[in-house]
Amino acid sequence: MDEPRDICQLADGEEALLGDMNLPEATGDRLREMGLLPGATVKLIRRAPLGCPIEFELGGSRLALRRADAAQIFAQQS
Amino acid sequence: MNSPRTFALVGNPNTGKTTLFNALTGLRQKVANYPGVTVEKKTGTGRNRHGEAFAVIDLPGAYSLEPKSPDEEVTRAVLHGERPDTPRPDAVICLVDAGNLERHLYLATQVMELDLPVIVVVNKTDTAEERGVTVATKKLAERLGVPVVPMQANERVGMEALQVALSAEPVKANWKPVEGDTAARYKAIGKLIEGAVARDGEERLTPSDRWDGVLVHPVFGWLVLLGILGGLFFTLFSLAGYPMDLIDGTFGWLSSQVEARMADGDLRALITEGIIGGVGGVVIFLPQILILFFFIGLMENTGYLARVSFMMDRLMAGVGLNGKAFVPLLSSYACAIPGIMATRTMESARDRLITTLVAPITSCSARLPVYVMLIALMLPVGTAGQKALVMLGLYVLSIVGVYAFAYVFNRTLDRKEQTLFVLELPAYQRPSWREIGLQMYDRGKIFLRRAGTVILGLSIVLWALTTYPKTDSEDGSEQLAHSAAGRMGKAIEPVIEPLGYDWKMGIGLVASFAAREVFVSTMSIIYTGEEQDEEKTIRTSMAAEKRADGQPAYNVRTCLSLLVFYVFAMQCLSTVAVTRRETNSWKWAILQVVYLTGFAYVAALATYQIGGFFLS
Repeated sequence: MDEPRDICQLADGEEALLGDMNLPEATGDRLREMGLLPGATVKLIRRAPLGCPIEFELGGSRLALRRADAAQIFAQQS
Repeated sequence: MNSPRTFALVGNPNTGKTTLFNALTGLRQKVANYPGVTVEKKTGTGRNRHGEAFAVIDLPGAYSLEPKSPDEEVTRAVLHGERPDTPRPDAVICLVDAGNLERHLYLATQVMELDLPVIVVVNKTDTAEERGVTVATKKLAERLGVPVVPMQANERVGMEALQVALSAEPVKANWKPVEGDTAARYKAIGKLIEGAVARDGEERLTPSDRWDGVLVHPVFGWLVLLGILGGLFFTLFSLAGYPMDLIDGTFGWLSSQVEARMADGDLRALITEGIIGGVGGVVIFLPQILILFFFIGLMENTGYLARVSFMMDRLMAGVGLNGKAFVPLLSSYACAIPGIMATRTMESARDRLITTLVAPITSCSARLPVYVMLIALMLPVGTAGQKALVMLGLYVLSIVGVYAFAYVFNRTLDRKEQTLFVLELPAYQRPSWREIGLQMYDRGKIFLRRAGTVILGLSIVLWALTTYPKTDSEDGSEQLAHSAAGRMGKAIEPVIEPLGYDWKMGIGLVASFAAREVFVSTMSIIYTGEEQDEEKTIRTSMAAEKRADGQPAYNVRTCLSLLVFYVFAMQCLSTVAVTRRETNSWKWAILQVVYLTGFAYVAALATYQIGGFFLS
């Protein structure tokens, strides 16, 4: 079986269903409160000109996360 | 009569809370700090349709009532009635974004569980519609049993309906407390909005996406940013000169009027030099502050500021800052005062503190006259190119200093809060000039009132130090040498001698602690006996100044050492006052003075001593 993909690995404009995340409790809580829950759809919009942070669309909002944080958030395997 | 009903305004950051607050209260608002924390407290009053007054308290933006930052803790505590300084509100206006109702209702439903009446405002219905999202507010109102008002607060659309809701007896929402975790709440919210939110699901390029295509483009994005910053600095350094000259002239005229009408004496000198001079020295910064806040307000109001943070984050991350620190630090290159005040756009208290602590290292415009004077003394026969190179070197040194100390503070200050960086990129919107104007008015008022009182007091003290005790001498230079400041200059001579300075420079340093540009006028008094407007005259006398051994006092070593000292030393009472205000504690203000001046001493010492190996 393939390794699960993290959401940094999405292509520009690609959507994915969220799976697990591997972040410290407080950080994870905040992201969950903001709607990054398993099963939610995220779409990678663009990377910043210097490659980090990365802009995602989630439930109608645009959020930028740093690569290091986003790399701990995984997409569901299809 | 009963005291007016108090409404708390609650919502996620970037929901348009401030816009709505301004629309409800206009100029009838007060900005202060919550005692004990560096969180801004905004209160105001408005009138409902029956002409009855109501109070509004704009609570800090929050994502949840389980706080993750000092701002969110204030919001939680006020809503629970746990802050002794703020009575519990009578009702809550929950502001939610039509484009992402689920996430915004996360906080709103938590508020509904607090046993407080609520009014729900669904804001930004226009940008949601651009994305193909429509909200049936009537359905939501039926389900919740409370008013649900659709609005476009920035265009004042929906104000009428909100006024109707504010004029009625507030009611509690029909909402059953959610048992369980985050996912359970999202599930309950999903049920609440089922059939009330329609998405057409069409892929489309909104106007906002088109703007982003240019403004955060890997090439054009930087060009636009450079252009905007260039415009900002051009305005700051050229256009601001006119109102600044006008202010300077007005205060000079005031002084001369007093001088013409009062007999010569200590009282007259106190009024003209201490009070009018001191107040004038503060007010002179006002044009720059207003211009900076115009630009920052414009960038924030349109949504562009978030894109600047997005682009700059990578460059700030290495030293533990984030993209949101970029604009405050950049502003500090004009003047650290508005720069530090602009840290309010940053959510994290820790990032705010680090940015505030390093902001005075940026080469503010007040250093320019000092740099120009010292560089001219250092390179009497140098070409303009050589002089510019030295100036550039000083700017580079200050950038390195900002990064280095940000790194040090990031490593040493304890980390109480999470360090997650989440940047919201709101849809672009047309700027509201009214709101930008209100912010400029607000910031200007805070600066004049809070910083002004401290600076006035301190400048009177400084005036006294350079005036007393008095001599019979008519000569300004002898009087200054005889004064307390002069004695301080002599007293610190052993301390500053290893840096290459004599006691006369010591007086200049002591006086500079009020404001750096004072160095130039103090030097003119010391070397010419009176204040000279002719800069050449001062420079000639300074260049002719000799040491005991016959060497020129202002040789290259000494000038370099002085320049390095001025890059780092904290010599600006206004900044101390603003740091004290913005951090709400003398502790950080004092730490800032001590670490910067301490480092300036060490760096200048190293410059002078190492310079001894290469220069005579």
